[in-house]
Amino acid sequence: MSLKEKFIFNFIQDDRWRYIADGLAVTLKVTFFAVLLGIVLGIIIAIIRSTYDKNGSSMRGFSKFILSVLNLLCKIYLTVIRGTPVVVQLMIMYFVILVSSNNQVLVAVLAFGLNSGAYVAEIFRSGIMSIDQGQFEAGRSLGFNFVQTMRYIIIPQAFKNVLPALANEFIVLLKETSVAGYVGLQDLTKGGDIIRSRTYDAFMPLIGVAIIYLVMVMFFTYLVGILERRLRNSER
Amino acid sequence: MNANETLIKVENLQKYYNGGAIKALDGINTEIKQGEVVVVIGPSGSGKSTFLRCLNLLEVPTGGSIFFEGTDITDEKTNINVHRQKMGMVFQHFNLFPHMTILKNMIIAPMKLRKKSEAEATAMAMELLKRVGLEDRANAYPSQLSGGQKQRIAIVRALCMEPEVMLFDEPTSALDPEMVGEVLEVMKQLAHDNMTMVVVTHEMGFAKEVGTRVMFMADGKQVEEGTPAEIFENPKSDRLKQFLAKVL
Repeated sequence: MSLKEKFIFNFIQDDRWRYIADGLAVTLKVTFFAVLLGIVLGIIIAIIRSTYDKNGSSMRGFSKFILSVLNLLCKIYLTVIRGTPVVVQLMIMYFVILVSSNNQVLVAVLAFGLNSGAYVAEIFRSGIMSIDQGQFEAGRSLGFNFVQTMRYIIIPQAFKNVLPALANEFIVLLKETSVAGYVGLQDLTKGGDIIRSRTYDAFMPLIGVAIIYLVMVMFFTYLVGILERRLRNSER
Repeated sequence: MNANETLIKVENLQKYYNGGAIKALDGINTEIKQGEVVVVIGPSGSGKSTFLRCLNLLEVPTGGSIFFEGTDITDEKTNINVHRQKMGMVFQHFNLFPHMTILKNMIIAPMKLRKKSEAEATAMAMELLKRVGLEDRANAYPSQLSGGQKQRIAIVRALCMEPEVMLFDEPTSALDPEMVGEVLEVMKQLAHDNMTMVVVTHEMGFAKEVGTRVMFMADGKQVEEGTPAEIFENPKSDRLKQFLAKVL
């Protein structure tokens, strides 16, 4: 068979491209919501951890106790998540924790979001710690409370500093979702796999899937580049 | 508030580090009255910056009390954020927000904290910018300004909250010599407009000319306090004499 015939056989015949298209939709959906969850979780953890690092020693009484406990919980979470493979976490989520759920998309979003949150937290923490203490003091001296200072002054600057690392984490996450097939979710990779099992041809579906991932990552990298330039321009 | 009314009262203020091994502030007592310009001088490491930063609790004191408009702000139940809105602060390193324009730097606090409309806050900010001669830089970013301009902006940013008192933490120490004058000029103007000010500085000329009271600190203690004439022309303690011999 020529390449063209192979292509038609693998993707066009019997509308097999639908596996790819549906899989792509699932991959994007899982990645999008997992990123949202990861960022929200990551910011909260980063704020707790950096607050503890910066102010923990000067705090007193009850608030110090609460902060210490939260910091400890965050540390445990980070250690466990970063110390175990994401595939194992995904399977634990599906076969152990949410055993009664048939919603694989939800399971995947939770597993990948919780996983990503750990990495995003450390990225954001380094971003927050890189902001000069004077910025924090200036905010507080104007009368902003802790949360307002974080929201209006620290986080926007930290976000700009960590954008490249954050983009990288998004790219990693997008590709990591390819293991979602382990819990029976028909994502992009699984879609290609199904075609392979039907046509007994490995080349076309696998290369096709690889190219789609590559194009998505390249497109996203391009978007981040634009965003980074725009944020940088605002300081000149 | 009327003139000569006590605005800030400091009682036995202490700040220790390392469990008392280092006494940055060792029992400071003073009263700052409405309209006063208190200039705090002293050798480096004398605790003068720590004292100033304790006044709005950027440093949490180890002991003692600070009363601002009659409220004990060192009490843990006091909401310090409300009181900080009335205590403007200017830092050695300006600390403008680099991700906001000059105008945004000035209006964000009044809008978010005083619930002023954007138009109202902007009108006030432009008025203040005009007073320091920087109205044409409203839409610039901090990185586009010189040090002196940044510090003038930092002053008017604090003024946008209409504070009762302004705290200056070595406002000219990070500036090139030729820019010191423009910042001191703004501060003189403020003093002239009867703003209550507490100024930590090495500018003895400013202390003499503008200060209503000078406080000399060394080793965490207030060694001498008095009018500029008393402090500079007739120093009593040896510590102050030594210090003046070096800086004048």
